[in-house]
Amino acid sequence: MSEKKIPLGGEFLLIPGEAEHCFVPEEFSDEHRMIYKTTVDFIEGEIRPNDEKIEKKDHATVKKLMAAAGELGLLGTDVPEAYGGLGLDKISTAVVTEAFGFSGSIAVAEGAHTGIGTMPIVYYGNKEQKEKYLPESAAGTHIHAFCLTESGAGSDAIGGCRTKAALSQDGKHYILNGEKMFITNGGWAEVFIVFAKIDGADFSAFIVERGMPGVSSGAEEEKMGIKGSSTTTVIFEDAQVPVENLLYERGKGHHIAMNVLDIGRYKLGAAAIGGAKDALKVACRYAKDRQQFGRPISDFGAMREKLAKMAMKCYMGESVIFRTVGLIDEALHGADPTAADYADKCTEAIREYSIECAIDKVFGSEVLDYCVDECVQIHGGYGYVSEYPAERYYRDARINRIFEGTNEINRLLIPGEILKKAMKGKLPFMQAGQKLMGDIMEYSPLMVELPDEPLAYQAHMIEMCKKAVIFVAGTAIQKFMQKLGKEQELLMRCADMIIEVFAMESGLIRARKAIAAKGEDKARFYADVVTAYVDESIPKIDQWAKECLSYVEEGDTLRTLLVGIRKLLKYNPVNGIALRKAIADKVVDKGGYPLEY
Amino acid sequence: MNLVVCIKQVPDTETQIKVGADGKSINMDDIKWVMNPYDEFGVEEALRIKADKGGDVIVVGAGPKRVTEALRTALAMGADKAILIEDEGLYGADPIFVGKLLAKAIEPLNPDIVFFGQRAVDDDCGLASSSVAEALGMPQLAVIVKQELDGDTIKVQRPVEGQTNVLSTKLPVCLTAQKGLNEPRYASLPGIMKAKKKPLEVKTLADLGVERDDKIEIAAINPPPERAPGKVIQGETPEELAVNLAKALREEAKVI
Repeated sequence: MSEKKIPLGGEFLLIPGEAEHCFVPEEFSDEHRMIYKTTVDFIEGEIRPNDEKIEKKDHATVKKLMAAAGELGLLGTDVPEAYGGLGLDKISTAVVTEAFGFSGSIAVAEGAHTGIGTMPIVYYGNKEQKEKYLPESAAGTHIHAFCLTESGAGSDAIGGCRTKAALSQDGKHYILNGEKMFITNGGWAEVFIVFAKIDGADFSAFIVERGMPGVSSGAEEEKMGIKGSSTTTVIFEDAQVPVENLLYERGKGHHIAMNVLDIGRYKLGAAAIGGAKDALKVACRYAKDRQQFGRPISDFGAMREKLAKMAMKCYMGESVIFRTVGLIDEALHGADPTAADYADKCTEAIREYSIECAIDKVFGSEVLDYCVDECVQIHGGYGYVSEYPAERYYRDARINRIFEGTNEINRLLIPGEILKKAMKGKLPFMQAGQKLMGDIMEYSPLMVELPDEPLAYQAHMIEMCKKAVIFVAGTAIQKFMQKLGKEQELLMRCADMIIEVFAMESGLIRARKAIAAKGEDKARFYADVVTAYVDESIPKIDQWAKECLSYVEEGDTLRTLLVGIRKLLKYNPVNGIALRKAIADKVVDKGGYPLEY
Repeated sequence: MNLVVCIKQVPDTETQIKVGADGKSINMDDIKWVMNPYDEFGVEEALRIKADKGGDVIVVGAGPKRVTEALRTALAMGADKAILIEDEGLYGADPIFVGKLLAKAIEPLNPDIVFFGQRAVDDDCGLASSSVAEALGMPQLAVIVKQELDGDTIKVQRPVEGQTNVLSTKLPVCLTAQKGLNEPRYASLPGIMKAKKKPLEVKTLADLGVERDDKIEIAAINPPPERAPGKVIQGETPEELAVNLAKALREEAKVI
């Protein structure tokens, strides 16, 4: 590894991505691949045969399966070895999480347990707390849950938090009162990470055990999907929590909540992509089996194009998630889990990439939704009946756009964080904007000379898209200044542009690595996917940019700005249909997503 | 106890096999390679005997470098040591020759039991085990679903057309595992991390003093015929449909 510094979070918008800091699945170690296989085998061998029981929330079965997963080490990748886990890199965790994505409800139980339910203790627990709680978490014998949301505290989790904590008269306990809502694993968790305001003011986190006096969980919610997961209220009525169970520091609960949600987000993205690939496999197999007009429907272009688009999105999803996780791994490299400043280091490292984590969450969950929707569509009427898995996949997927911060909140966070970093001088965003305003007068798309390398035109256009984002966002900042935060319609579009840029670039770098490793011929699929995807994205970015500018300015100023965008995004389309035909050939031939770990 | 398990790496059973351009090999592009599923039963049984009686489990494979992955999987399941006879051209070789080659590597290990899967799912030959047993002068008990060890005597059960054939012999012995012998364990994550540090010895044909001596060669591989499209039976009324169906079954399909 070079001495060169790791890119900052959000910096991808300002500089061309470097291959060396863009981890791709093709770089998995043998261990990563074996871990993936074990997880997939476990899902296929142990979880799938129990799907019916799981759907009926058979607690005993779920507990048994979680313990079995723990025994294999699947729940301990993030827990340090000293506390009964394996202390592996984040790529390993993402690999396990992605494979769990095949399992619907259990993915949710696993994700909440190992991620938001356990990571607060891994990062912020003191030695005693780690020794007490982590070994049973890694073993899967105690399931964890994360209690942040309340009836009045959803997206505004901290401001709206009404759960209170007060020190008991003898100073030995915090007395908790309040009710948490929509708590994943609520019905079967033994350990809860609970957020409450001490004396109604200091937002803090506590480790609460089910057995502590005054702790109970409510009835199971009747949900649209992930019916096999447990979702309940968790109620604290004068609950007595020993003072030593305060997690981290009084008044610093927001550090934990925000940091852990970042982790939850890339993990959710990983699980979603696993689910999406599974939906693609199910859809593809059905299409090959189902005969109409004397031929399998997978022979028809309308179906093949659907399969191709699903595969393209899965590819981009993988690329985005593993790039993010690679960055976090690089940033955490060498951090000592037993050192006193470990929590601070982790907070810093993971917060740095909160933009990328939010992208993973939004992109992953929307790829999943796209794929389960097309999976139903390809099944026709059989997609609408519960006899076939497509129907459950469709219902199970929907929650992913809602929990761990709705996709709207996550979208707002993306440009919001970039602006914050720009204001603090951490990202030279304003400078880039000013330079661009000067450069754009000189720039002519006709003068561009492309280097002689694979996907050079796509790489050039991705850089132009970045400039378009900076151009639009810069114009909006000039106009609205501090009030930009209130212009959510603009921010949503900016987020969409940034997400597309990050996805395209991650996919591009991955394709170039594949071409370098396998040669253009064997890496044809990668290049086709990237070329077709960029071809679909640019008109979208163009449209969003124009919508934003038309809102921000008018008259001659607007006309000048639109000329600028037209120059930046001048693009010669490719034969996308032919590319998708080639991609579909691969998908149909493989019976699913063609790239395997 | 010295427990040796021979492992073949085969295409994943879900892989769509395509015949190569030469018409006598398979197209190796895009194949996902795994440990032969029947060999997993062998690894599992060896690990169980080790847990019960002590000893070492050594896994042996032959083929290109990629076979390392299958051997690592066995190490991750709990085997102690692996030997790879590395040779790029071994895939598709005469199984009798492969057996002789394996025997050369196995002999110095002084094995009490040599395990095989009852056959490899790629070529379905099931010959290499017999070749090893012959070369090492061991009895071979094939296609077993149960074994009991008592001192140096082993008693095995093998299913024969719904009946059970019980055989016994003295160690050393060559066993081939059938489905039902056990439920192979998953390679656990701690096992995977430990496997990285376990010894994996690589030998070449020259190291073993063996030269290729295939008596048979693959002349051709023919893919299964493509599935014929379905036929829609025509007719206005149920009666007419039934008549036409019966006619088609009798005259075209010739099944009634």
